[in-house]
Amino acid sequence: MPDPFAELADWMRAANRGDAFAYRQLLDALALRLRPVVRRGLARAGRSELDGEDIVQETLLAVHLKRQTWDETQPLMPWVRAIAHYKLVDALRRRGFREHLPIETVETTLPERLEPEAEPAAAASDIKELLGRLSERQREIVVGMAIEGRSAKELGERLGMADGTVRVVLHRSLRLLADIVRKGKP
Amino acid sequence: MKTDELIAALAADAQPVRRSPERTMIGALAAGVAVALVGFLLALGARPDIGQALHTWRFVLKLVIVAMAALLITRECVRLMRPLARPSVWPILAVVGLLVAALIAELLISPSSTWGHKLVGTNAVICLTAIPLLSLAPLASFVIALRSGAPIAPVWTGAMVGLASAALGASLYALHCFDDSPLFVATWYSAAALIMTGIGAILGARLLRW
Repeated sequence: MPDPFAELADWMRAANRGDAFAYRQLLDALALRLRPVVRRGLARAGRSELDGEDIVQETLLAVHLKRQTWDETQPLMPWVRAIAHYKLVDALRRRGFREHLPIETVETTLPERLEPEAEPAAAASDIKELLGRLSERQREIVVGMAIEGRSAKELGERLGMADGTVRVVLHRSLRLLADIVRKGKP
Repeated sequence: MKTDELIAALAADAQPVRRSPERTMIGALAAGVAVALVGFLLALGARPDIGQALHTWRFVLKLVIVAMAALLITRECVRLMRPLARPSVWPILAVVGLLVAALIAELLISPSSTWGHKLVGTNAVICLTAIPLLSLAPLASFVIALRSGAPIAPVWTGAMVGLASAALGASLYALHCFDDSPLFVATWYSAAALIMTGIGAILGARLLRW
């Protein structure tokens, strides 16, 4: 059976060779598909009141930081589902939800074609507060690249750093964000 | 931060992926096992009569058991680096099966009057100290490598990592140890492995979440 998400897998393979444009397309597509999945997962766990956008963001961060664990010869979506499931369970555990969530929750709630969902306009995301926990330079680089859309070279010139260093700081900041989210909020 | 902005930040960080989880693990383990080997050669060394021992079935069987445990459980730890890998008990069952078969063979072959002596052995305390010590460097390697992986069951994976490092440590220690009876191995080697499995599980809960 042909993989219905073959195009996404192609983008991921390109991303793994450093193609930022393909990567952006992939992450956008994944975000659209992860929203309904996370929402259904929360509903099945009886926590539909929780904001799923955080879990979508945590999953995207994990997809990014763990992308070397995807086997390029395999379909992409089962791997994404496994990560989404882990992040969903982890998020519920951190919020004090200790009941066992069946491992099938996400897998059975991600049909082949699920209506993609755009980001809710008023997503009150925790990651926003987290930016405040980065150092000033880290924040400047994350905000510069993510929100203002500047290139590493541009930021490097402004901050007096080599663009390679800017990239390293960006990567470390993203890992730090993932760590801060994982360890939970006070 | 909006999801769109997060995606922009992630896309800006699109670097080519350099290493597969397997290669990361092999590199880390090579270093950890090398450290354990140096420690073994400096502190213990192989038993002097190893040439003759290799002609006795008990010594060879002991080596086969620890080497098979090291191989199977290490392979399981590598597998668990990927998020699609579900925990499996088969590698453990295979090792336990071999151990039980060896135990039955020993009980059938040797008179019951020798069992107590074989069980207690001569080196139980050294065994319980040396195996955990020899497994520390491999344990560190496993944990470091697995932190770049994505194990979906961190506590279980930690326990497997503790067991695998104990099996690697035991593979070295077995070359030094004079107690070859399966009665001794099943008791004391297993006790050492159990200690490391517990330590691994605790480390897993703390260090292998992502």
